[in-house]
Amino acid sequence: MRPAWFPVVLVVALAAALTFLTLPIVAIFVDSSPAQLVDALGERGALEALWLSLRTTAMALAIILIVGTPAAYLLATRSFRGKAVVVTLVELPLVLPPAVAGIALLAAVGPSGILGGAVEAAGIELALTTAGVVVALTFVASPFYVRQAMAAFAAVDRTLLDASRTLGASEARSFGRVMIPNAMPGLAAGTALALGRALGEFGATLMFAGSFQGITQTVPLAIYDRFSTEFDSALALSAVLVAVSAAILLSVKFVQGSEALGGAAS
Amino acid sequence: MLRVEVHTRLGELELDVALEVRAGECLALAGPSGAGKTSVLRVASGLLHPDSGRVECDGETWLDTERGIDVPPEGRRCGYVFQEYALFPHLTAWQNVAYPLRGMRRSDRRERAQALLERFGIGGLSDARPRTLSGGERQRVAVARVLARRPGVLLLDEPLSALDARTRAGAARELESVLREVEVPALLVTHDFAEAARLGDRVGVVDAGRVVQDGTATELAATPRSAFVADFTGAVVLTGTAHSGRNGLTHVELDGGGRVTSTDRGEGSVAVSVYPWEIAIEPESEAAHGSAQNRLVAEVLSVTTVGNRVRLGLAAPQPIAAEITQASARALDLRTGTRVVATWKAAATRLVTM
Repeated sequence: MRPAWFPVVLVVALAAALTFLTLPIVAIFVDSSPAQLVDALGERGALEALWLSLRTTAMALAIILIVGTPAAYLLATRSFRGKAVVVTLVELPLVLPPAVAGIALLAAVGPSGILGGAVEAAGIELALTTAGVVVALTFVASPFYVRQAMAAFAAVDRTLLDASRTLGASEARSFGRVMIPNAMPGLAAGTALALGRALGEFGATLMFAGSFQGITQTVPLAIYDRFSTEFDSALALSAVLVAVSAAILLSVKFVQGSEALGGAAS
Repeated sequence: MLRVEVHTRLGELELDVALEVRAGECLALAGPSGAGKTSVLRVASGLLHPDSGRVECDGETWLDTERGIDVPPEGRRCGYVFQEYALFPHLTAWQNVAYPLRGMRRSDRRERAQALLERFGIGGLSDARPRTLSGGERQRVAVARVLARRPGVLLLDEPLSALDARTRAGAARELESVLREVEVPALLVTHDFAEAARLGDRVGVVDAGRVVQDGTATELAATPRSAFVADFTGAVVLTGTAHSGRNGLTHVELDGGGRVTSTDRGEGSVAVSVYPWEIAIEPESEAAHGSAQNRLVAEVLSVTTVGNRVRLGLAAPQPIAAEITQASARALDLRTGTRVVATWKAAATRLVTM
């Protein structure tokens, strides 16, 4: 009998991938004792960075959901001339190096950018401010959500929308009552991706908003700041970021799992 | 009264249909897929915007391209039953039925929905999700849901085609009783002529975007104006009561008189079907001969030339259509009122238990 070599290849590949992907993360926790972790968090700068990260990510996410959801719905349900171009433009930040994203934001809405005057006239200061962090996060994270949301809306059977309309619901009501609940697993996945991306954002924030403790220094920037001088503190902050990210991923899996089992709550 | 006039291009198809359905009447549009039947329903409900057209229901104008009127679907009071029923998967059965009920308390909505589900005998399934329901149950939820809307018109797209053969007979009976009860015009589309004949008071045969002929199913089968209609109407369907006989044969006492034999098995109330081209015509005087077991005395109602063949509409006394060559039609000297014997083999006789 010939040996079953193919299953062996599959298992070896998975084992290699798993080791490579988890080893660094495990190392973070092995290298930092719980006592160190608590100590590091007790430091004022660290807590400040964590609070700033959560605040800016939440704000960026709110903007992404409020603007991105209807935009994705439009792209998924209408066909128009030049739609492919629009979709590509929306997805472009996905492939942009973060540093380029930061430069691009400076060139657009920075003090000497093409819209800098208008932004200043409106009384908004972006560069080197917390608001600037939110702009940077929104810019790099929104395509992750919009892409997923588009796919999720496109996958909903259009007849459901037709049925809702003929049953007396306007398009806006049908969007809220039928499209959103049925696209929910995809929307949740997109939200998680955008959240993860925003929480870990480094390059664009550094270029556009700078790294000022308490104002623009989010956790990734704080980690980088401590990396050469206080490695233990950097390690502890990293551990916190891993824990938060893992919690997000798990909660999305949980939401999707319960969707698959029982359907969305009405 | 529902009035629909459409003229529009749909890709390769040129849809050009004008029809009227009276309150309490069901018009069945029957035709092959791609003929544009569903598009008529979509235009009537406002889901499809034609190049030009008019839709009126009970004096309300829903669409008039000339006057620039186009009421959105939610304003049209259409009870549209979709082909695969389009139940909302994220809602339970009662929530689906309650979906069109607006501006009332949740408990009232639930009560109304429950009452409608009870009416269709599925009150016990009100908390079930659509994916756990059988095809027949889904159809009942879908019909209950459109009735909750108190529609001004019923639009039914292939209402039976998503069901398996066993469920279909029961579902057809139920749909018949709904159609009898609701006092609104009903427009039904199907690719199956037998279904159209059963559910429609009138049948319009649709081909390539046009209604090529309309009338009662019997009229269409007896006097088709084109070979297409003749072929499309397919088998003659007779109803009767079956009981098994010797040698595995089944005898059917036809409603209204007459008796036929089939090689198929069946018991109780059945539909007997036979293709018009399986039926031979003999003068009434001739004695029985040959292998044909089925002999029904009939009166010729109509003689229509369809291509190179002649289609006969017969009363036996249930309506039968037969197709014979032009030569035999001449030899038999057939005309309206002539009494003949229609004969066919027991092996060409299909039975469907109803």
